[in-house]
Amino acid sequence: MEKGRTRVDLFEYQARDLFAKHGVPVLAGEVIDTPEAAREATERLGGRSVVKAQVKVGGRGKAGGVKLAATPDEAVARATDILGMDIKGHTVHKVMIAETAPEILEEYYVSYLLDRTNRTFLAMASVAGGMDIEEVAATTPEKLAKVPVDANEGVTIEKAREIVAQAKFPAEVAEKVAEVMVTLWKTFVAEDALLVEVNPLAKVANGDVIALDGKVSLDANAEFRQPEHEALEDKAAANPLEAAAKAKGLNYVKLDGQVGIIGNGAGLVMSTLDVVAYAGENHGGVKPANFLDIGGGASAEVMANGLEIILGDPDVKSVFVNVFGGITACDEVAKGIVQALELLKNKGEDVTKPLVVRLDGNNAELGRKILSDANHPLVQRVDTMDGAADKAAELAAAK
Amino acid sequence: MAIFLTKDSKVIVQGMTGATGMKHTKLMLGDGTNIVGGVNPRKAGTEVDFDGTAVPVFGSVAEAMEKTGADVTVVFVPPAFAKAAVVEAIDAEIGLAVVITEGIAVHDSAAFWAYAKSKGNKTRIIGPNCPGLITPGQSNAGIIPGDITKPGRIGLVSKSGTLTYQMMYELRDIGFSSAVGIGGDPVIGTTHIDALAAFEADPDTDLIVMIGEIGGDAEERAADFIKANVTKPVVGYVAGFTAPEGKTMGHAGAIVSGSSGTAQAKKEALEAAGVKVGKTPSETALLARAALAG
Repeated sequence: MEKGRTRVDLFEYQARDLFAKHGVPVLAGEVIDTPEAAREATERLGGRSVVKAQVKVGGRGKAGGVKLAATPDEAVARATDILGMDIKGHTVHKVMIAETAPEILEEYYVSYLLDRTNRTFLAMASVAGGMDIEEVAATTPEKLAKVPVDANEGVTIEKAREIVAQAKFPAEVAEKVAEVMVTLWKTFVAEDALLVEVNPLAKVANGDVIALDGKVSLDANAEFRQPEHEALEDKAAANPLEAAAKAKGLNYVKLDGQVGIIGNGAGLVMSTLDVVAYAGENHGGVKPANFLDIGGGASAEVMANGLEIILGDPDVKSVFVNVFGGITACDEVAKGIVQALELLKNKGEDVTKPLVVRLDGNNAELGRKILSDANHPLVQRVDTMDGAADKAAELAAAK
Repeated sequence: MAIFLTKDSKVIVQGMTGATGMKHTKLMLGDGTNIVGGVNPRKAGTEVDFDGTAVPVFGSVAEAMEKTGADVTVVFVPPAFAKAAVVEAIDAEIGLAVVITEGIAVHDSAAFWAYAKSKGNKTRIIGPNCPGLITPGQSNAGIIPGDITKPGRIGLVSKSGTLTYQMMYELRDIGFSSAVGIGGDPVIGTTHIDALAAFEADPDTDLIVMIGEIGGDAEERAADFIKANVTKPVVGYVAGFTAPEGKTMGHAGAIVSGSSGTAQAKKEALEAAGVKVGKTPSETALLARAALAG
């Protein structure tokens, strides 16, 4: 099983495609990545379009990332402006050329998500859409209906009407919004989503309701039954080290410090990041460079793969390997360290970064002996977590 | 006494005949667990030999319960089939289902939790994506190493597997009544609060150690519960103080979004409830020693 990716956030155009697939009303549109392609796309839409930056961050309208184009030429000009634009640190690589909406009369909000606290799914709906829903929830909570949805009962049209009634939608759109709630639920379930959100859901001049913008997050744990989801991941945006780690099935997150971290188990690795950051306070403020969990029962090979990724990070000045062997055997970890260093040497890479290794638990004595016998000049054993973190921080600061 | 699991527990293993199930069934037997059967419809009627202990394989949880009186099941079934396995355990009304499986889709865990609830929660679910629980010297249902520590008077509840082991190791000379790994997924069956309530009622537990991590609000709710209901001393630890916002730290549930789910907020909530919270596992162990010394 591949680890390390639990949530896949989609672009608007991908969300739009999934909505369309399951019957949520959307406007026509297509995604392009060159300005010239905006012309034909706009022609296909009858000569007018909206050019929308595709970035996974809110507030793109205010940042100038959404523009109306009255002609195909204008669409090319707007796409030229928007492609390459930086919106809150996100570079725009793609724009959606969308059909222009009929006159918008009202903007609503609808979504489904997981309510962790109550261990159930939740429908949220509001007639005050179009703005940041967290703001609505904070300032006018009475305008946001929250209705629990039983995972096994789902959302029938009757349940959808109940949600719509609680959110006090106007009578003339109530049934249409209820129908959207049903198709949106289908999207949520059929796609194994963690979030489906339409904001705004617009009431337009002819009385229809249309999803004008939306967000979808998918559950990466469901990929065994969602083979087409892998193609929706934005591989280009991933940090190269994160991409390399993912290709090896490693659970890795790049951070901005100098001490490379490898451990087993998400909780222990998180704890290791903290302990290193505290130790860093006494050593020039060095911080952890990454999160890397080699998981339970890791073999020497997994350990070697992990070490190779960490040593390949130019920001890393020292490495802290922190393993408490539960299922993982410490002798395997030790072998992995020795193998990785040999492998890198054979590749002609000059490893100069010091490694601090702390092994406890399953076969710790064996593992420690393997390291002592190998007697590698860059590897030092420190047998407590705090002591090892301090040593790793000190070595990073000295570099 | 201990909580949820004792020497009298009769344990079956769903997914026993797979590689992981085989490995851990052997280890659990070695820790003294009374394993009375495995479940696999395709191998029903056969037996599996674990170093001289023959464990029968049954076609269903219900059949295993009927023939052996089993009251605990440990689930090692792969993610794609885990929901069906847990639903089967719920239908059979077994008392405790410990779901070790990692990587279960949220729609599946939400569905089996909703199903357990609709059936009146006759089956306590621990997990998924957890190391299980151990009552040292009596029984081990899951993958927690049985040789870290001995029976004693500390009760431990933790979202994280390896931090459970680390803490048991730090306090190995004192020992534990029970240690429960509840898992780091967004939807879990047994919560910190459930374990706190059980340890509070357990005459063999003098001190409770609670380990949390970033994400969700389980620790904050546990703090409210402690304030109102727990008289025994509680020592806490929260992992992830330096985790950046928006990055999932390994566990599907471990993510800081906005101001919610931060380790600092959890620490403050716990401290307001009178819980001593350590900055590191070793400091937490020192606090536990001090609390036990009175």
